[in-house]
Amino acid sequence: MSHDHVFGLRTRALHAGTPPDPSTGARAMPIYFSSSFVFDSTEHAAELFALRTYGNIYSRIGNPTVAAFEERMASLEGGLGGIATASGLSAQLTAVLSLAQAGDHIVASANLYGGTVTQFTVTLKRMGIDCTLVPGDDIDAVRAAIRPQTRALYTETIGNPAGNVSDLEAWADAAHAHGVPLIVDNTFATPVLCRPIEWGADIVVQSATKFLSGHGTVIAGIIVESGKFPWGAGRHPLLSQPSPGYHDMNFAETFGEYAFLMRARAEVMRDVGACLSPMNAWLLLQSLESLPLRMPAHVAGARIVADFLRGRDEVAWINYAELDDSPYRALARKYLPAGAGAIFTFGLRGGREAGRAFIEALELWSHLANVGDGKSLVIHPATTTHQQLDDEQLRASGVTPEMVRLSVGLEDPADLIWDLENGLRAARTAAEREALGA
Amino acid sequence: MILTSVGQRRALLERSRSVAMVGASPNPTRPSYFVFSYLRTRGVFDATPINPAIAAIDGVRAYPSLEAYAAERGAPDIVDVFRKPADAPQVAREAIAAGAKAIWFQYGVINDEAIRLADEAGLDVVVDRCIKVESARFDGGLSTGGLDSGLITSRRPVPLGSGRR
Repeated sequence: MSHDHVFGLRTRALHAGTPPDPSTGARAMPIYFSSSFVFDSTEHAAELFALRTYGNIYSRIGNPTVAAFEERMASLEGGLGGIATASGLSAQLTAVLSLAQAGDHIVASANLYGGTVTQFTVTLKRMGIDCTLVPGDDIDAVRAAIRPQTRALYTETIGNPAGNVSDLEAWADAAHAHGVPLIVDNTFATPVLCRPIEWGADIVVQSATKFLSGHGTVIAGIIVESGKFPWGAGRHPLLSQPSPGYHDMNFAETFGEYAFLMRARAEVMRDVGACLSPMNAWLLLQSLESLPLRMPAHVAGARIVADFLRGRDEVAWINYAELDDSPYRALARKYLPAGAGAIFTFGLRGGREAGRAFIEALELWSHLANVGDGKSLVIHPATTTHQQLDDEQLRASGVTPEMVRLSVGLEDPADLIWDLENGLRAARTAAEREALGA
Repeated sequence: MILTSVGQRRALLERSRSVAMVGASPNPTRPSYFVFSYLRTRGVFDATPINPAIAAIDGVRAYPSLEAYAAERGAPDIVDVFRKPADAPQVAREAIAAGAKAIWFQYGVINDEAIRLADEAGLDVVVDRCIKVESARFDGGLSTGGLDSGLITSRRPVPLGSGRR
């Protein structure tokens, strides 16, 4: 009996999806800047549109350079296949719309990225898809929220910005006990630190804008599906009943394990149209080559920065699952043994004014609303994204006036600490002035 | 020999040309039709339906049995089986009698007796795999769809069905 060699993650990050170009022998993936692709014959066109053969039709549905990125991500996450999208938000929208329609329901962790909460509770609700938010740490609450109309459960590996680590096995067990798939947003971990499919997740979505890109250049998203969920079992009529959007095709019967990926591409990508540009896919392919080297360096830098902050009087608290006093330390050890990412929050003594002074004194850390760049990033939500809220409203949203979020990049840690020291000095001065009532 | 690795399946598809599809259906919603249509329109394999209930699929003449096929066309490189598992041993006996070099049991067509018969007769055996999916793995079809082919290589691909191995 012969067995296949199993390639490691670093090798797959460099090679998966990009064998030499069959027509030219080009070793690097070419950028196929073509909106459309010719048919060999009318019969070939008919076979393509009937989904009986594989091939390129139109770059909204598929493109060779984008497909190479999709295949590489599927390989890294351990899934059956991938679908790239214009952004992380469109990745999760495409995933949900592939499973749910008006009258249906999803259950999601309340500790999600704010943009996701808005998408689920406002935009999806307007479309007739109901969402129940539950405390992400309370699996009993997750179970209790599941209804006959529930089509998916949704959580993040590491919550943004709360830094909570999801108990992925417990979420997956709760989902599967009710015949429901689990969708996990793996943006903060990447497949280098955690592969949710190995813990039972059925669909992984992420914002590829963050560490996958790693250079702060592109907006992109990716869906990877495991191929293990029984889509034909009856819980998902969109997949197991004749589809009026596609010649009454029954995707589960026709495509078996490929049903979700085929419908998500052939119907939802076709109709929603949030496709990725081949240029962006090519940039992502370059970035993925170094992802297995970059993530450990991000984690190492974040540990050094967290240790520095822990020793400072100006810092009231640090919320990072790498630290022993984190309530999520045990879950991080289990699901994120190589490190709980490189994004965390901490509190400055002195509240909102101290936060403002801290941010304005920084020279090297970039003050902006993104994470997962090679360059270190910082934001003070109370004076930026959440500035319209008063202190009480801030707390209700889970963002406190003193909270600062860091995304630790790849610079020399000593330089990051030098800059933070200047910021902390400014924060201390502001806090003292505020305490004196000045 | 029972072929369990990706490399073995690839070599089989590279050295094969004729595929006799036992149980191929003309119903366009059946999986066997999807597979037949894929192999036929790719033009790489010489795919032939084996089904006594029909005369032809999409203009390709069907034979009522593997025996009738072999009498006219010679031994097939691969017998591809779309039948319920209980029927598989009989198909295996007919494939051996027809001189087939390999037998391919599609998804779910799992029968230990059929596997043993074919293996002992010296045929290459593939079990619980789809010949369309495996072809697409090696000819770039899966990759075109953003699906993981599992292939890691720095060599330019060899065309399938070329008989080059």
